[in-house]
Parts: sequence; structure tokens; C-alpha cells
Amino acid sequence: MEYVKKLVHWKLAIAFIVVVLATTLLGACAPAAKVGETAAPVEKETAAPPSEEAAPAAKPFEGVEVNILTFTGPQIAEPLQRRAPDFQALTGAKVNVVIVPFSDLYMKILTDMATGTNSYDAFVFSPQWMSDYIIPGYLEDLTDRVAADEALEWQDIAPFFRDFSASYEGKIWTIPLDGDFHMLYYRTDLLKEAGLNPPETWDDYLNIAKTFNGKDLNNDGKPDYGSAISKKRGAQAYWFIYDIAGSFIQSQGTGQGTFFNTKTFEPLVDNDAFAAALEVYKETTKYGPPDELNLDVGDTRGLFTSGRAALSLDWGDIGTLAIDPEISVVQDKVGAAILPGSTKVLDWDTGKLVDVNENTAPYAVNGVNHAPLAAYGGWSGAINAGADPKVKDAAYAFLSYMSQPAQANVDVTLGKTGFNPYRISQFENTELWVEAGMSQTAAENYLGAIKDSLESPNMVLDLRIPQNARYQQTVLDTAVSQFLAGELTTEQTMKQIYDGWEEITNELGRDVQLKAYLGGLGVEK
Amino acid sequence: MTKVKRQTQGSTQTGSGLGAKLSLNKRIHSLVMRPDRLAGNVFLLPAVWVILSLAIFPLIISLYLSFSSFRFVKGGFELKFVGLANYEKLLTGTEKTRFLGVLANPSIFGWLVFIIIAVLLVISLVLYIRRGQLSAGGLFWRGLAAFVIGLVAWLLVRAIGPDGRPGTLIVTLIYVFIGILFQFLLGLGLAFLTAQSIPGRRFFRIVFFIPMMITPVGIAYLFRMLTDTTKGPFTVIWKMVGLIGFSWVNHPWGARAAVMLGDIWQWTPFMFILLLAALESQPIETFEAAIVDGASKWQIFRYISLPHILPVSVTIILIRMIEAFKIVDIPNVLTNGGPGTASESLALQSYMYWRALDLGGSSSVSYMLLITVTLVCMCYFNLIHRAVKENI
Repeated sequence: MEYVKKLVHWKLAIAFIVVVLATTLLGACAPAAKVGETAAPVEKETAAPPSEEAAPAAKPFEGVEVNILTFTGPQIAEPLQRRAPDFQALTGAKVNVVIVPFSDLYMKILTDMATGTNSYDAFVFSPQWMSDYIIPGYLEDLTDRVAADEALEWQDIAPFFRDFSASYEGKIWTIPLDGDFHMLYYRTDLLKEAGLNPPETWDDYLNIAKTFNGKDLNNDGKPDYGSAISKKRGAQAYWFIYDIAGSFIQSQGTGQGTFFNTKTFEPLVDNDAFAAALEVYKETTKYGPPDELNLDVGDTRGLFTSGRAALSLDWGDIGTLAIDPEISVVQDKVGAAILPGSTKVLDWDTGKLVDVNENTAPYAVNGVNHAPLAAYGGWSGAINAGADPKVKDAAYAFLSYMSQPAQANVDVTLGKTGFNPYRISQFENTELWVEAGMSQTAAENYLGAIKDSLESPNMVLDLRIPQNARYQQTVLDTAVSQFLAGELTTEQTMKQIYDGWEEITNELGRDVQLKAYLGGLGVEK
Repeated sequence: MTKVKRQTQGSTQTGSGLGAKLSLNKRIHSLVMRPDRLAGNVFLLPAVWVILSLAIFPLIISLYLSFSSFRFVKGGFELKFVGLANYEKLLTGTEKTRFLGVLANPSIFGWLVFIIIAVLLVISLVLYIRRGQLSAGGLFWRGLAAFVIGLVAWLLVRAIGPDGRPGTLIVTLIYVFIGILFQFLLGLGLAFLTAQSIPGRRFFRIVFFIPMMITPVGIAYLFRMLTDTTKGPFTVIWKMVGLIGFSWVNHPWGARAAVMLGDIWQWTPFMFILLLAALESQPIETFEAAIVDGASKWQIFRYISLPHILPVSVTIILIRMIEAFKIVDIPNVLTNGGPGTASESLALQSYMYWRALDLGGSSSVSYMLLITVTLVCMCYFNLIHRAVKENI
């Protein structure tokens, strides 16, 4: 019996080993299957010639599958998803749009490429993050492809987006799909009724917000709000503080920069200008909804288009959302303008505020220094260098297709896409916008605001240095939200940002960061 | 003795018989025995391998990450060894106020609370030493527990005072202890209710269990709606009590309370279901005897039910404690850790660093969390858990 028992043990052991081996093999097969998936197009490619001969150049990417990663829409993902079937009908390539929450996007892209997983072939992301992906060699250089691509009409893309959103160290890495600027939105009907002009300075902004706060602005019998700005932590709040701070700090033109001293790379956050900006930002909260600190841009856009706010700051989106009859009650009641400015600017040597004059702010208009923020830089598409060559071709073709005027000039007029104008033809052709539902005046006003911002010689470029996510999304965002919540005083906030930024700079190397910063500022507009 | 002798005799007799057979099949015997000896190792190996690759190696690598700084260089990335810099940043540097909080001088009330706690700790230690059952282990754990409790109390009275502000470490401790206290009491109450023979108790047992099956992100969104005073379903009630212009998430303690409410709502069922099982497993005879002897309901609970469910209770509290320290999804979705950093937990802080590529900072926060969990749970296990087990 003993033997039988032992034999049974032994048999069990063998069976177990077989099971373990089988699972290991299966496990090993899973990645193999993945490799097979990416390899499949190659096989099909070799098998393709006969079919290609049968229908010459009809469907160049038949059987190719492209996985594109972007953020949880509906905006941005919507046009990609909507146009993917059309693109498949044209070229045969199947485009899968994979979405993740915005705050996870940066890391998701990075980990996918850094670990060699390469489960995504292309990305639609913020050009701000570009350097973190380009330096390690994860992104595909698109310079030659763009040069050979006539249908893309590269020269039609406004120079700023070609140079800032698409290029890094003289090479092209992304295809712009969106143009991004922060702008001011106001209710034309309310201002007209009250005999007020659109705000030119931040003081005007506060006054107008105060005037309308607590009044019923959409005739539903409930009190509404003077201003609505997205101030949620871990969302977009850290851009809005620079909408204000920029006009106090930067007065000598784009090349001067807003974030750091261009000689020492010292953060420009510990001075009277930043303090003034923080005060303005905090005061806007008084005239906003009670839960403003927990609102992201989706929420503030909703408040504005439902007529519940008199003023708002946003990218170009409110302009196109406001003409959508399904969601908007403020059609043709929306005005857009360049961001308000300041009548005092920072003297970089003393850290004090001085009055605007010809020397202190040469680009001031009517004594007001405007500094429109090119926040984010516009969603752009890039290609994973680790993808299969045929898939890269298909991915490029799709990004180019999305950016070509035939598609893009329609998409930018639709609020749901989240795409804002970035092509010269989109600015010049007001018909596009009238067709989409804007009145001629509204279209001119909206495009004029973007054009004013785009053409401003004192435009503020967003931060594009290695690991800028740590500077902005961690240190700045945390300190500003603590300040708004009353956890920090103005002084403490500035010190916390200053110390936090200096710490990162010291860790990553001051020279490296300064060089990258100057490189970004040197971009020609 | 004789019995044993007889048995051994018998076995040698049969043994000699088998021995003869064995000598004939020696090779087969060794072949059979070898796998038998190895079988144990073979069976263990996959588990060891899985634990090593999924738990131990990542732990060691993240320890190394916590001593380093990550950055990109041409063609890849670089991990630079920076020593204790990441920990210094948390404990004394720029992130101190976020991690530990603003530690102000305690108010008079704070001093009072701290002194009472300190005196109680000293008394308990002295009592233990006087009892005369000293052991090195016992003294060590009691000493350590007294130190940890004292330290936490000192941090609490300084951070929660009028000028202070709790950091992620203290907020996490608050989530854990207040959360578990409510979960346990509510779970116990519900378990007692549904253990009674009242109509519909089967239905309610299932209903009370549902929250645990919902994903925490769903719960966070649910509570985001419920706590919204301008749009949520309770708007009418908020209006009635005059809180229409008020937002929970704008107030630090309001936000923390909202997070705790969600957490309590989700995890009460865990306590409930296990306590219910413990209550149901009580032998009916003792109850009957107690009733016959004229025991009151309170006496039945105190002297029969409570001792019966106590071992289960300390175990589930331990399990919940380990789990509760890792709270991340509810504060992340409900408040994003805001306003400011008011409702941020340690795990969320670590996640936020990681998201911005500060791998060193993220790992160091994770290690601080690991140390905290280990200290608290070891003290709990060695004092309360063991005491309860020994007494019963």
C-alpha cells in the first residue's frame, strides 16, 4: 500500500508539473500571440501583392490595424472614432481608438513605450510632453514623411503650431490636430444690457463678475454666477493661474518667458507679480459656483453654455459648444476676446510691480499688457517608433487624414470634437463657421479672439522642459489648490512653488533644464 | 507498556517480511522514494516563484527606486542614486507639510489630551511590569506600541490644533481608525438586527451586502452626486437646512467626511457579513441555558455573544486595517485629494508622484506607508490579537 501511495504522489507530482508547464507555455504564448498580432500585417503584406495587382493602389493598408491612444473624451476621441470607419473604407486600415483618463495619459504613453510593450502604435497627446518621449528615442521622426505629404498642406498650418506643437530641435515629431489658446468668454447680451465693455484688465474681470454674481442670468428664477473657472485639482487649474500671472510677469515679448529667469533658471514665482495674480485668482472664486474648486473644464463649459455664468476662461471650446442647439441656451450671446491683461508689470530686477509704459511693456495695447497663454499647445498625433513599419505608415496616413483641410476644417467647427482652429484657412474662411451655425459677427469675433492671441508678440508659451509634469501637475497644481482652499497664504504658496521647482531643477540639472527652456522660447511663431 | 511492546513486535515482524521484498526491489524503491522526497519542493516551487516575482522582487526594486532619481537620457533612462534625499524631502524638506502636515504648537486642550494619553500609556506599561509576567517579547511590543501611540497622538494634537493642518499620513490614519470604528459598530448592529427572526431578514442580508460589490470608483461618483448641494438628489434637503451655497468638497473636514462616508458605506458590509456568520455560529444551548437562568439581554450579549465573536472581530479588524491604509480610489475620484491636499491619502500621494514621473518620490511614500502599516498592525497583532486569543 505504501508503494501505491508513493506512486500516487509521484503521479500527482508529474501531473502537477505538466499543468505548471502547460500554464507557463500558455503564458508564454500570450505575448507570442501579441507578437503574432503585430506580425500579422507583415504576413499579409507579403501575401498582399496579388490582391494589390488585382486592384492597384486601391487599399494600401488592407488588413493593417492601428491602435491609437488618447484621453477619455468625448472630445478629441470623438472625431478620431467618427472618422476611423471612413479611413478604413479609403485605405483598408482599421483604426482602434483606445482611451484613458487625462491624468493617466502621460504615464500610459510612457510606460507603453519604455517597457517595450508597444501595444499602441500612435498617440494623440500634449506636445508639452514631447521631449520626455523624444529624448529616449521612443517617437518616430516624421520630418521626411511630412515633406513628402502634399495632401497635408503643411504650410497651411499656422507657424506657431508647426514650430511649437510639432517640432523639437529642428525635426517634426507630431501632426497638429488642434490649436490651443486660453481665451476670455463673456455674455454679450448681459454686458450690453448693463452698458459694460468686455473686460480688458483683470480688475475689469472681477468687477463684471461681481456685478452679475447672484443674479438670474438665464431666466430660470435661480441666482447664477459671475464667473466660472475650472479650479479642480488634478485637472486644468494650473493653467488658469498662468492666464493671469502671464500678464503680470511677461511684458517684453514671447522670448522673455514667464516661468523662469532665462539667465539663472530661477522660478519667477516669488515676487509681487505672482502674488497679485494669486490674489486675482482667489477673488474670482468669490463670484463663482460654491463647488468651483471641484469643477473641471467640462463642468465650467456646461455652466456657461447653460447660461449660468457671465464670464469664463477656456480654450476655444466654449465658442463652438455655444452654437450647438442641443446643449446651449446662449446661442449668439457669446463673445470671445483675448485674455484680460494688467496695467502693472513685473520689474525682473527688483521683483516689484511697475506701471506699464513704452519701456516696461512695449507690446501693451491701450496701456494694458496682454499675455495670451498658449496653454497645452494643442492635441497632436505622434507615432511610436517601436511599431511595425507598415503600421507606422498606416498610422501616419490616418493622422495626416485627420489633419487635412477636408476633414479638419469641418471638425474644428464642431463643439463636440474639442478641436480648435489651427490652420490659416480655418481663420480666413468665415463661411465654415457660418455653415456650422455661428452668425457672421460671432464668427468674426471668435476667430478674431484666437487670431489676436495667436498673433500677439507677447504670447506666453507653455512650459516644455523635461519632466514638466512634475513642475506643473505636481508642485504648481498642489500649491495653487492648497492656496484656493485656504491651506496656504499667498507668501507660503509662492515659497512652496519656488522651493518645489528649485528642488526638481537641482535634481535634474540646472543646465539641462535651462537649455531646454531656452530652446522652447526660441521657437519662431 | 506491554501493549506498545506487542505492537513493535508486530511491526518488526511485518517489517522483516517487507524488508525481504524490499531487498529484491531496491532500485525501484529508491526510484519511488526520490520523487517522494522531492515532491514537497516541487509543489512549493511554483508558489515560491510566484511570490518572489510578484511580491519580493518588486519590493526590493521599489526600495532601490526610493533611493534614486529617475530621468531620461538619450536612448533611454537613468536612475541616479540619491541616498535618503527622497525621504528627507518628505520628513524635513519641501514635502513635509504635505506628508506630515503643518505641526503647530498644541493648544491647551491639545496638551491636555496628549498628557492624558501619555500618562495612560505609562500606567499601562508600569502595570504590565508590576504584574510579574515579564518577557522580553512582551516588553518590546508594549514599549513599541506605547511609542507608536504616543507619537501618533503627538502628531495629531499638533496637526489638528487651530494653527496646524494634517498631512497625508495623519489623514490616512484618520480614515483608517475612524472608518473602521464606524464600520465595525454599524456592521455589528446590522448583524444583530438580521440575526433576529424578523420578517424580511434574508432580503436585508443581501441588501446590506450590496455596497461591497460595487466598485469604489462607482461609489466615489455616487457620493460626489449625493454631496453636491446644488445638483444632487438631496438638494431639497440641503435647501431646507440652509446649506444651498455650501459645498462639502470646499471644506477640508467636509471633504474628509465625504471620503469617510463613502468608505464606511462600502466596507460596513464586510464587517456585517463576517460578524453575522460569527453570531449565527453560536451554540443555541448556551442561550437557552442563559434564558432559563434569567439572564437579561445585555448579560447575554456581554457574557455569551461578545466573547464568542471577539476572536473573529479582532481578525477582521486586522484585515480591514491593512486594507484601509491603502485607500486611494474614493479620494481620487471624489475630491482629487482636494481641497488643497486636505483629503489626500498616502496611497494617493504616491500615485500622484508616480503620475508625474517622480518614481523616487512615489516609492519613498509607498515605503513610508509600508512602514506605518507594518508598525500599526504588528502592535495590534501582538497586543490585542494575541491577548484576545490567549484569554479565550
